[in-house]
Amino acid sequence: MATPANVTTDVRTTTVRLTVNGDELPLEIEPRVTLLDALREYGHLYGAKKGCDQGQCGACTVHVDGRRVLACLTLAAQVEGQEVTTIEGLAADGEMHPVQDAFVRHDAFQCGYCTPGQIMSAVACIAEGHATTDADVREYMSGNLCRCGAYSNIRAAVRDVAAGTGQGTTS
Amino acid sequence: MRNFGYVRAATVPDAQESVGGQPDARFLAGGTTMVDLMKCGVETPSTLVDITRLPGLDGIEVGPDGVRLGSLARMSDVANDPRIGREFPVLSESLWRGASEQLRNMATIGGNLMQRTRCSYFREPASFPACNKRDPGSGCSALEGINRGHAVLGTSPSCIATYPGDFAVALVAFDATVVVQNGGRRAFTADDFFLLPGDTPHIEHPIGPADLILAVEVPVSAALRRSHYLKVRDRESYEFAAASAAVGLEMEDDGTTVRDVRIALGGIATTPWRARAVEAALIGRTLDEATVRAACAQVTEGAVDHGMNSFKIALAPRVAARALLTVGGIV
Repeated sequence: MATPANVTTDVRTTTVRLTVNGDELPLEIEPRVTLLDALREYGHLYGAKKGCDQGQCGACTVHVDGRRVLACLTLAAQVEGQEVTTIEGLAADGEMHPVQDAFVRHDAFQCGYCTPGQIMSAVACIAEGHATTDADVREYMSGNLCRCGAYSNIRAAVRDVAAGTGQGTTS
Repeated sequence: MRNFGYVRAATVPDAQESVGGQPDARFLAGGTTMVDLMKCGVETPSTLVDITRLPGLDGIEVGPDGVRLGSLARMSDVANDPRIGREFPVLSESLWRGASEQLRNMATIGGNLMQRTRCSYFREPASFPACNKRDPGSGCSALEGINRGHAVLGTSPSCIATYPGDFAVALVAFDATVVVQNGGRRAFTADDFFLLPGDTPHIEHPIGPADLILAVEVPVSAALRRSHYLKVRDRESYEFAAASAAVGLEMEDDGTTVRDVRIALGGIATTPWRARAVEAALIGRTLDEATVRAACAQVTEGAVDHGMNSFKIALAPRVAARALLTVGGIV
C-alpha cells in the first residue's frame, strides 16, 4: 500500500527570506510550507484566513509585488525577494485604508472571516481598473466567496472607493 | 502534502537538467494546478523545479502574422493586454472567463494548457482508489458515479474526465501551435497537444516531464479578429464550463455568405473539441439562424452520456449556435 499522502519521512528544509509588510521574515522551512501557513504559523499574521486551502474561496488573498494572489496555493519559497502585503500591512497602525473604512460604512461583513481576503482583493481590483460598474465588480471580485452573503454591501463599498478614484459613480 | 526538494532554475537548460536528472521531478510555474493536486495527494513529485524566474519567457508579442505568448506570461497579463482584447477578442475572453483574477495573476499560459481534470474521483485518491488516469488499470469511479460534469465526447471505457480549460478551446479553434523545448525545438498543433484518453488516460499530452513549453503561437486570421468565447455554467462567474464555445467568423464581401468559420467546444469533452463538421456545413452558406442551428446539431455527433450528463448533449449545440449568432451579429 502506498504511503498516505500526508505522511512523510522527508524533513528537508530550505532557507526562505520573506519580505512581509516591509519587514524581513527569515525562515528555515520545509518547501511544502505554503505562503499562507508561513504568514500565519511563522509570521504570526493571522489576517489571511484558511477557508478552503485549495484555491476556491479567496479568503487567503494577499498581494505579492502589488498583485492579488492566493497564499494557499503559493509556496513560501516561491516569493523570496518579492514584496508580500497582508491585511495587516494595508495601512499604518491606528489608521484605516479607504477600503477598510468603506467596508465599515457599508456594513460589508457579518462574521468577518472572508473579509481580509475581500479587502485585499478589492484594493487590487480597484487599482486594476476593474471596479467601474456593478457588472465589473461582480466579475472581478468573483474569486472571493462570502457565506454570509454580504455581497451587495461589498460591491457598494468597492464602488464607493472606486468612484473616489475616478472610476465610475456610486450609483 | 508530502515534503519535496525545491530548487529554482536560472536557465532553461538548468531547468531541464534538474527535472531530467531526478526521478519524479517536475516543473513548478504558477502552482495553481501543481500545489492544488499535491494537497490532494494526486501529484507527488520528489522535487519541484521553480521556473518562474527564467528570463525571456513571459513576452506578449503581437505581429502582423501572429501572436506569440511566452509560456510564463501570466493569464491576467495576456487577458488584460489591450491589443489582445481589442484585436483578438476570443483570446482575452477565454482567459478572463476562467478562474479568478487572483488565480490568473499566478497562473501561466503554459501551465494553463497543462491543467488537469476537475473530476472529483481523480482529485480524491484517499476515498476513490479506482482512477485509471491516476493509477492505470485501477478502474474508473466516475462511470457509475456522479458524472454530471463529465465528458460526452472523446471518452473511452477507461476514462470520461472532462478537460476543464477555456483558453485551450480558443487555441484549438484557431490552429495555434505549442512550441516546446525537447532536445531541439518542436511545435505541436494545439489539436495534437491534447490526447484522447483511449487506453492511456494517464497520458494527457505528447510531452514528458522534462520538456519545457516555451510559447504558444496563434496565427492571425480574419476569423480571429471577429471572434468570441461563450461560457455557459451553473454560476455567472468563477465556475468551470457546463459547455462553452470559441468561435470566429469571416464573411464574403456580400456580407451574408460565410467565407471562414471556426468553432471549438469546451466543457463537454476529454479534450478541447474542434467542430470541423459544423464549420464545413457553414462555409459558403448564408449566415442565418436556421442554417446555424442545423449545422450546430452536428456538434454532438457520436456523443455518449453516462447517466447524469445527458444535458450536455442538448446544451452544447445551443451554446455553439448562440456563440455563432452573437459573433454574426444576429443575436
